[in-house]
Amino acid sequence: MDPENKMIILSAFKITFPVLLGYIPLGIAFGLLLSGAGYHWSYALLMSIFIYAGSVQFISVALLVAGAGLTEFLIITLLINLRHSFYGLSMIARFSDAGKFKPYLIFALTDETYALLITTELPENVPKSKFYFSIAVMNHFYWVAGSILGAVLGSVIDLDLKGMAFVLTALFVVLTIEQYYHSNTRVPFIAAIGAGGISLALFSPENILLFSILIGTLFLAVYEKIARSKNISMSTTDQKEWP
Amino acid sequence: MTNEVLYLLTVITVVAIATFITRVLPFVLFNSKEPPVSMSKIEKDLPPMILLILVFYCLKDVQWSQPPYGSPEVVTIAVVTILHVLKRNTLLSIFIGTGLYMLLVQHDVFLLFFS
Repeated sequence: MDPENKMIILSAFKITFPVLLGYIPLGIAFGLLLSGAGYHWSYALLMSIFIYAGSVQFISVALLVAGAGLTEFLIITLLINLRHSFYGLSMIARFSDAGKFKPYLIFALTDETYALLITTELPENVPKSKFYFSIAVMNHFYWVAGSILGAVLGSVIDLDLKGMAFVLTALFVVLTIEQYYHSNTRVPFIAAIGAGGISLALFSPENILLFSILIGTLFLAVYEKIARSKNISMSTTDQKEWP
Repeated sequence: MTNEVLYLLTVITVVAIATFITRVLPFVLFNSKEPPVSMSKIEKDLPPMILLILVFYCLKDVQWSQPPYGSPEVVTIAVVTILHVLKRNTLLSIFIGTGLYMLLVQHDVFLLFFS
């Protein structure tokens, strides 16, 4: 193999390893749920390849069992995944030169892939889009592999993976701490604590993520507006900062 | 093709397309033109905010009012945080944290403590 590709694959594997440990048991749980509801494993495969969105896939199983209509699937999917639109906002510049990889990178933008892509330092002499693509493909592969494993084998062998999905919580904690050290503002962290706390207390589990992102973003917008008007009134002589 | 298969394939297609729409939306809206200034300022603060919100989101299924009152989650997150601040070793913090959490929940350590 070309040494550059080998380097890309190795460093992407190292970065995605915690996601491997998280996606395999979660995928198994999804596969188990779907096969437990009486569906053939090939549906787990199709869903994990083409939908590739954890929470929506879990909820879809519940809706399938309930015999929900297509409109319900559509609305619930849009609402639950609306948060991904916020992820894309941070990726417009990063993906702008991704060329042929761009459609796939957009398609594969899950919570975990987003978290890795915005925090990962690009290794030296490595093309960015290829590196991003490797990370995205590996995560997608772990998810598909876990789903099939759960749907095919999960009912046969007795795996005690209880608690293993906590690896993703730990990953988010670590990435947040790293962001804290690299950031010169504390505002986003305060916004997150406020929005997350309020949402945990007030909203049902399936609504928490979207509502906390909406509340947090609203807080950031209001803060930004106040900070801006203060800055303008205080420094009317210095217009360079605000063109 | 039976009706059941058709229904399933249609559902999968609808959910897949709806998911892709939510992911592609900002690229369609802002690709050709620059986002407004205030938005690009907020956009800079979004990643750290969303990462911390994802931590809260992971706690969505915790039963705070029932034993063990979310203590395995809170304790493990505290351990991961302290370990990471001290050592700054990503894989170490994640593995020790996950191992500890699995130990705590598979053996109901805190549940014994509260009963």
